[in-house]
Amino acid sequence: MTTPVKNPETQVKRPDESLFKRLTRQQLFIPVAALVLLVLFNLIADPSFFAVSMKENSLGNPVLSGNMISVLDNASELVILAIGMTLVTASSGGQDISVGATMTIAGSVILRMVCGGQVTADTMQMNLFLAVFIGIVVTAFFGAFNGALVAYFNIQPMVATLIMYTAGRSIAAWINNNQLPIINDVAFKYAGTFLPGIPVPTPIFITILMIVIFWLVLKFTNLGLYTQSVGINPNSSRLNGINPKLVKLLTYVILGVCVAVAGYIRISRSGSINYSRNAENIEMDAILAVALGGNALSGGKFNIYGSILGAYVIQFLTTTLYKYEVPSTALPAYKAVVVILLVVLSAPVVREKLASIKKAPAKAVKEVA
Amino acid sequence: MPKGIAVDNRGRLKERPAMSDTNLLLTITVVVFFILYLYAIIFLGGSFAKPQNFLNILNNNASLIVLACGMSIVMITGGIDISVGGVTCLVCMVCAVNLEQQGGNLFTVILIGLGIGLAFGVVQGFLVAHLGIQPFIISLAGMFFAKGMTTIVSKEPVRVTNEAFLAVKDTRVTVPGLGSYNKLGQYIPAYVEVGVVVALLVVVLLFCLLRWTKLGRAFYAVGGNNQSANMLGINVRRTKFLAHVLCSLLAGLGGILYFLHVGSGDVANAAGDEMNAIASSIIGGTLLTGGVGNIAGTFFGVLSLNTIKRIVASLGFDQAWWSNITVAAMLCLFLVIQSIVLLRKNKK
Amino acid sequence: MQEGAVLEMRGICKYFPGVRALQDVDFTLREGEIHALMGENGAGKSTLIKVLTGVYPKDGGEVHIKGVEGAAVIRSPQDAQNAGISTVYQEITLCPNLTVAENMYIGRTKGSVTNWKAMNTGAGKILESLGIPASPKQQLGSCSIAVQQMVAIARAVDMECKVLILDEPTSSLDEQEVIKLFGLMRDLRSKGVGIIFVTHFLEQVYEVCDRITVLRDGQLVGEYVIEDLPRVQLVSKMLGKELDDMADIKGESGGTAIDQEGAPVLEAQGLCSSAGIKPFDFSIRKGEVNGFTGLLGSGRSECVRAIFGADHVTSGSVKMDGKSVKIKKPLDAMKCGIGYLPEDRKGDGIVGDLSVRENIILAYQVMKGFFHPISRAQAEAFADNYIQLLEIKTASSDTPIKSLSGGNQQKCILARWLLTDPKYLILDEPTRGIDIGTKIEIQKLVLRLAEKGTSVTFISSEIDEMLRTCSRLLVMRDRKLVGQLSGEDLTQTKIMATIAGGDEE
Repeated sequence: MTTPVKNPETQVKRPDESLFKRLTRQQLFIPVAALVLLVLFNLIADPSFFAVSMKENSLGNPVLSGNMISVLDNASELVILAIGMTLVTASSGGQDISVGATMTIAGSVILRMVCGGQVTADTMQMNLFLAVFIGIVVTAFFGAFNGALVAYFNIQPMVATLIMYTAGRSIAAWINNNQLPIINDVAFKYAGTFLPGIPVPTPIFITILMIVIFWLVLKFTNLGLYTQSVGINPNSSRLNGINPKLVKLLTYVILGVCVAVAGYIRISRSGSINYSRNAENIEMDAILAVALGGNALSGGKFNIYGSILGAYVIQFLTTTLYKYEVPSTALPAYKAVVVILLVVLSAPVVREKLASIKKAPAKAVKEVA
Repeated sequence: MPKGIAVDNRGRLKERPAMSDTNLLLTITVVVFFILYLYAIIFLGGSFAKPQNFLNILNNNASLIVLACGMSIVMITGGIDISVGGVTCLVCMVCAVNLEQQGGNLFTVILIGLGIGLAFGVVQGFLVAHLGIQPFIISLAGMFFAKGMTTIVSKEPVRVTNEAFLAVKDTRVTVPGLGSYNKLGQYIPAYVEVGVVVALLVVVLLFCLLRWTKLGRAFYAVGGNNQSANMLGINVRRTKFLAHVLCSLLAGLGGILYFLHVGSGDVANAAGDEMNAIASSIIGGTLLTGGVGNIAGTFFGVLSLNTIKRIVASLGFDQAWWSNITVAAMLCLFLVIQSIVLLRKNKK
Repeated sequence: MQEGAVLEMRGICKYFPGVRALQDVDFTLREGEIHALMGENGAGKSTLIKVLTGVYPKDGGEVHIKGVEGAAVIRSPQDAQNAGISTVYQEITLCPNLTVAENMYIGRTKGSVTNWKAMNTGAGKILESLGIPASPKQQLGSCSIAVQQMVAIARAVDMECKVLILDEPTSSLDEQEVIKLFGLMRDLRSKGVGIIFVTHFLEQVYEVCDRITVLRDGQLVGEYVIEDLPRVQLVSKMLGKELDDMADIKGESGGTAIDQEGAPVLEAQGLCSSAGIKPFDFSIRKGEVNGFTGLLGSGRSECVRAIFGADHVTSGSVKMDGKSVKIKKPLDAMKCGIGYLPEDRKGDGIVGDLSVRENIILAYQVMKGFFHPISRAQAEAFADNYIQLLEIKTASSDTPIKSLSGGNQQKCILARWLLTDPKYLILDEPTRGIDIGTKIEIQKLVLRLAEKGTSVTFISSEIDEMLRTCSRLLVMRDRKLVGQLSGEDLTQTKIMATIAGGDEE
């Protein structure tokens, strides 16, 4: 038998705790702190970074423009992916590294549908909603494929999704016979640019819509409880009537849907596609967003809003780096360093060490007293 | 009575050990390769039958063979390293810039290649072995870091004109006894490039390392069950660390060989080679879960993979994307097979 | 160090987050003796051994080993091996993907080259001399568990150790193999090796051991020469009470009123699962408390898992209240009103990172369905209600369950099933590894439930606990149901005889 002793972790609030310590224990501490740092940096370096103005776009409509608008606008795909990635991470303890490739597939499918198989089309050949719906079905299917490999064949998520990571862009090229279709219909680009008469970029609205949808889903279903439970202890979940394999599969399908929406936004920004460059390296950003949001990459408990915030912080960082003329191809190197720092800081071994360093002086003081 | 042990009529134990997982998977790989190649020769005609065409598989994939060997070692310990393609690309670029713009020579090229590999290996190995971070995340970051660094070094392709280097690049090692007559009746001896000789040497060395050294067996033990390995007195952390160092070092060497084959630094070099290396290892009978695998198998894995690519191409699917789809399909097929084999085994 | 001692441990302490696993424990092993280390589950036996072999770092105390100056520093299993301490664990700690010979030599050969020939001949000799039916070249994973266990012992024997630790080595061996093992142990004793023998089989202790050290709740109870300590006293020292002291719970609760004539709540026929049990029949009446008993690994847990659909059911039929039902997965069973508290609390029971509240409502929530989440306020109300009712000690219902003590975790799982208001509740080892106070609370709770009409199946390794709660016992042996005892037959001796078997076959 073991004798229980008072566990300091069980006591939620301790009066002698400093405000700083209580803050740092909050899950959202890291993304918020990173955001504050970035804002401060830009304020000091060049306050005009935050300027927002009205400009005329290429169609002659007055629209909002400025770095902050571009952060909110360009983060859209990433935010939507981060939502799905958070669920996948929570349920399966691994990440899907094929999202960039499957986003390209979604884009390719939608383009083929609206172009009706032609290389250039001036008007849409198919109802846009139907085309997007088909795109969603296709990527949901690829999500299910990944999910099946993970859930039913017990393959580590990152290795299982490596298959689509390799094949995805090729499949996307194959769908359009390696041609690069271009759609010139203005209506197609509404989702990626601006709706007529509205000065705010449409992707921002789509993102808000997706966030609201997931907020409702998490509120009115048990998705959150099931996913976390499966991620923490699949055996126990099964004995409580949950089907862990199905839940894992479901999260991958949900990610597939998110991928299609993100892929649609990306494709409608330009109305054309580049198979090898479309959404390149976005998988890295999505994983980073999840980690930055304070979610354990090994699965279990999650906070979807942390990931969303994390995604915006990353886009903020990207935009800032662009402003200082870091070339886009070199960005991955900087982000890789951030990822490594994050995982190192969240590694249990490092946490223990840090905790013991913090505790040691406190103990010494007590002993003297 | 345990499986694989039979008792003869006098009640004594007769030795009939069941085939080990490693040997079983190796046999499958070799058989698969020969069937594929025979199929190609019989149904796709003479081009496959020419010795030089077979040797060209080696010439084109010397670097991949080395990468795949390194990958197998990490996978045998139960890890994975997807940064190898990125490291190869970075090594090519740095070597090219060094030769062209900084007046480097062959010696500095080798030093740079191995140095970059070692640096990646030490960092990744430390993070995986001593901090217990998932190898996939670390090496994914490593891959992006290497790719990003490559473009920071140079965005434009760098072609090498250094004469000493080109001399080595174009050296052909003729293989006695293999050759063919061309249309004019001239005898053309078959050849391999210098890189192939190095790659084969690496295969032999690593085969011996895994089979006959303590470190090699420790790789298997750690992959089989790392807690047990710890109890058996193996330093698990050190073993994992060394596996990652070895893998990245081989990626550095692979980079040199790739550079020697293409003779230029380019951001697009070795694109997708991490994937090819993983696929070759898995086709070669290395289990993703660790503990089972064989360097000879990996070698045949590389050959099988490239034979299939060529078969697919000669069947008329010669567009660039089919190659990637083929690799992915092969990987998927073998992963599923492995998973089914493991599941059935666990049920027993 | 004492005269003749090969190993001395003084004042060993070990803490885990939230628990004091070892407190000031002394242990002495003399040359040429077999020394039993006894204690209930969770008494600290395994922890002590893991501290000694360097798997866990110790938080206090000293270890002295013969031939080593001063306190020995053991930081890893390798250090332990170098100091002459070899261990054979209950769970196989060999690598299944390597050959038998490799498993015997890896990690302890000198030089950096593997000499396969020498290794195979050496291993062959040892295996033959110990009569182990395995070939050196064979892959270990293809041997049976018993053979793997013996290979582990062969490895330890070959290391010419001063101290050999056998941690429950007999639980997977059959009688013949046990006899062989004991022969081996006596052999080694005569060569001057000190052997630490951890087991829960009392007979084996009295058959082969010279001395006994008893641990309880992470503390030392005492060291005894075997002749001075009769079995009954050993048991009471392990439990920490005289047997008669334990409250007569059955009497207290005023006897359970079982409707002997009533129709069974659940009736199963020819049930059989993929876990490898022989088909069995089972039935339970309303308000009845029955139990499965048998040795570890006899198949008692597998039986209840088959009833609950936790393992893949291969054949058999189940009737609930006389109506035929199909139970293929746990959810089917839950919908029939069956609850199941699993044996492995950590692995199958709690969802560690989730809060106490979420753990309590989990099963109820799943039964309500994916699209009908219960509101936060309602969940709080449920959780608070059961925290009060079962006196769960937790800072709040928001605390992660993993930071609670074992007993309180178990109460949460109980609460989880009580919330679903089951007609039939299966409790598999609900009292394992928790403190005596909570044990008795749980036993009382079981009887209270039965009074209210819930049928309960209760499984425990402790027979007296079963006797206090159950009115009928089903006895398992070798994965087969071998007998049912009730009424007058419910005595310790009768149960033991049925478990041991022998005469009726």
